[in-house]
Amino acid sequence: MDRDLAQQGLRESATFDRATIAAIQHAAETGIYDIRGGGAKRKVPHFDDLLFLGASMSRYPLEGYRERCDTDVVLGARNARFPLHLATPVTIAGMSFGALSGQAKEALGRGASEAGTSTTTGDGGMTPEERGQSKQLVYQYLPSRYGMNPDDLRKADAIEVVLGQGAKPGGGGMLLGQKISERVAGMRTLPQGVDQRSACRHPDWTGPDDLEIKIGELREITDWEKPIYVKIGASRPYYDVKLAAKAGADVIVLDGMQGGTAATQDVFIEHVGIPTLAAIPQAVQALQEEGLHRTIQLVVSGGIRNGADVAKCMALGADAVAIGTAALIALGDNSPKHDEAYRALGSAAGYYDDWQAGRDPAGITTQDPELASRLDPVLGGRRIANLIRVMTMEAQIIARACGKAHLHHLEPEDLVALTIEAAAMARVPLAGTSWVPGQGQL
Amino acid sequence: MAAVTEGADVLLPQGDVITVDLAHSTVRELNAALHAPDAAERASTWLVTSPEGKHSLACGLDAELTVEIAGHAGYYCAGMNQRATVTVDGNVGVGVAENMMSGSVHVRGSASQAAGATAHGGLLVVEGDAAARCGISMKGVDIVVGGSVGHMSAFMGQAGRLVVCGDAGEALGDSLYEARLYVRGSVKSLGADCVEKEVRTEHLDELAALLLRAGRDEDPADFRRYGSARRLYHFAVDNAY
Repeated sequence: MDRDLAQQGLRESATFDRATIAAIQHAAETGIYDIRGGGAKRKVPHFDDLLFLGASMSRYPLEGYRERCDTDVVLGARNARFPLHLATPVTIAGMSFGALSGQAKEALGRGASEAGTSTTTGDGGMTPEERGQSKQLVYQYLPSRYGMNPDDLRKADAIEVVLGQGAKPGGGGMLLGQKISERVAGMRTLPQGVDQRSACRHPDWTGPDDLEIKIGELREITDWEKPIYVKIGASRPYYDVKLAAKAGADVIVLDGMQGGTAATQDVFIEHVGIPTLAAIPQAVQALQEEGLHRTIQLVVSGGIRNGADVAKCMALGADAVAIGTAALIALGDNSPKHDEAYRALGSAAGYYDDWQAGRDPAGITTQDPELASRLDPVLGGRRIANLIRVMTMEAQIIARACGKAHLHHLEPEDLVALTIEAAAMARVPLAGTSWVPGQGQL
Repeated sequence: MAAVTEGADVLLPQGDVITVDLAHSTVRELNAALHAPDAAERASTWLVTSPEGKHSLACGLDAELTVEIAGHAGYYCAGMNQRATVTVDGNVGVGVAENMMSGSVHVRGSASQAAGATAHGGLLVVEGDAAARCGISMKGVDIVVGGSVGHMSAFMGQAGRLVVCGDAGEALGDSLYEARLYVRGSVKSLGADCVEKEVRTEHLDELAALLLRAGRDEDPADFRRYGSARRLYHFAVDNAY
């Protein structure tokens, strides 16, 4: 069809393409901006723009499947009495009960526990099911403080102070009324069915000096047992990481713009923040300059899909990664088997992003009991564990090929970039050259 | 009385007062002692001297303790309190009794910003003034302020009651959910979606009870009531800002 139109001499505007036209018409018809789930859909420089330099004559590879390539990671040993010991650097990112069904949260906990890694709560507090099924649970401490209480704080294995997320650095949260069920409303002390707003700033501290005091309070309340993470949405990671380190973080979570959200304005998702690839080297540089790289662990999230992405994050200096959207896909999000149901909602498999609407036919991003019951948390947990294992093994395959006996031994020297943009952002040479564009520049 | 100093864990008979002198002990030592399972049995009152504005004093308590702080406290004094009764004979910094769940916190002086922020329960009394954002995101706590409160107080307040015996600053109750606000003096301005509401008998009754619990003698009839107009409860083009 498009070819026929082109042959007639018709030409579609690159500026006003069909998606743009639809957005303008939607705005004109409704008077309200588009709210959706997921992360940035625009194409940005990403891990696919990097390649590993496998060993040959000048480097000595390890024997695949025979020689050890360790994957364990310790998170939060800087100050906490009980840091997290994970078997794999692939962790589950923070996602709330409310945004996700109870079954989905339980599945994430089951899968993470089976794979020897951690999972994370979200806005709205901790559910007993999640705590019960998660051997290592990170408790998010968010601006809204919905559901926040000291009992759950003490039950957590680590505390993550959330300053922002990659999908919307500088923005607060929202959860539309369709998902504010009686239970969700009760946990958040909200009227049932309201469109819930979450603040974008913490209510009782402002700036890094205050954050240092806040972290001190959290440590005092939990008797210095728990690692304290600080999560930032990637915008100015060099400065933000330095300030988080100064404030006393044990672990810094860095979320790039491809990181998902349960519900955010499309304009925010697509136009605020920087790509994950661009954020990591800045964060690592900040930690290195403070002499705290590897002392403070760096967890990277935002568009992590497979073991290659994991290995590339490790090579750029991350200690671990967190997956969110990939985990939901593992549970069945956007599966072709739901295509008919997605089309009934005006979407299609591969396109579905109405996570805010609560009508998810896969039973993941919903509070509808019937829809949620479609997701078997035991089977879902197994699928999550499978994905984490595959990602870990894939990363090991690459690490061994680079001659590395631990994923953390991967280094920028193992990487080259396919594009000038990716080379400049990742600070590795353009493939086939020794040219690192912008080297020496922040 | 006996001082608890570093390396000198003093056990006193039940019913006695334990004094922790922060000129000689650390905040960590204080809080560790207050978190100990037998803290309530060890003393009827824990007296904290020389607080000197230190942060995180008596935070994370979860027992029927009585703690008296003799002087000024810094940030997050009595943060996340559960069941304990904490009295500060001085001023407090940011976030006193933040996220309190139960118990009571009584400040004889004034409080800095975000007093009682996000607190779910219990009673916070500030005899003096409270600065900006008093009761921000409050989730069920009762707050009684003898003096005035600063701007954006009760911002996004979800539940609980805020009683202001003096005046309220700009944007009182902005983006309010279901918290109820009572102000005896003037209100510089109301925040988005906050409106004045009728004071009915049940409100006079609950206000009288709150004032009594706080040790105040103001007449409930002198207060005006403010609450949410509930126009922001659902996203719509007409209430976008």
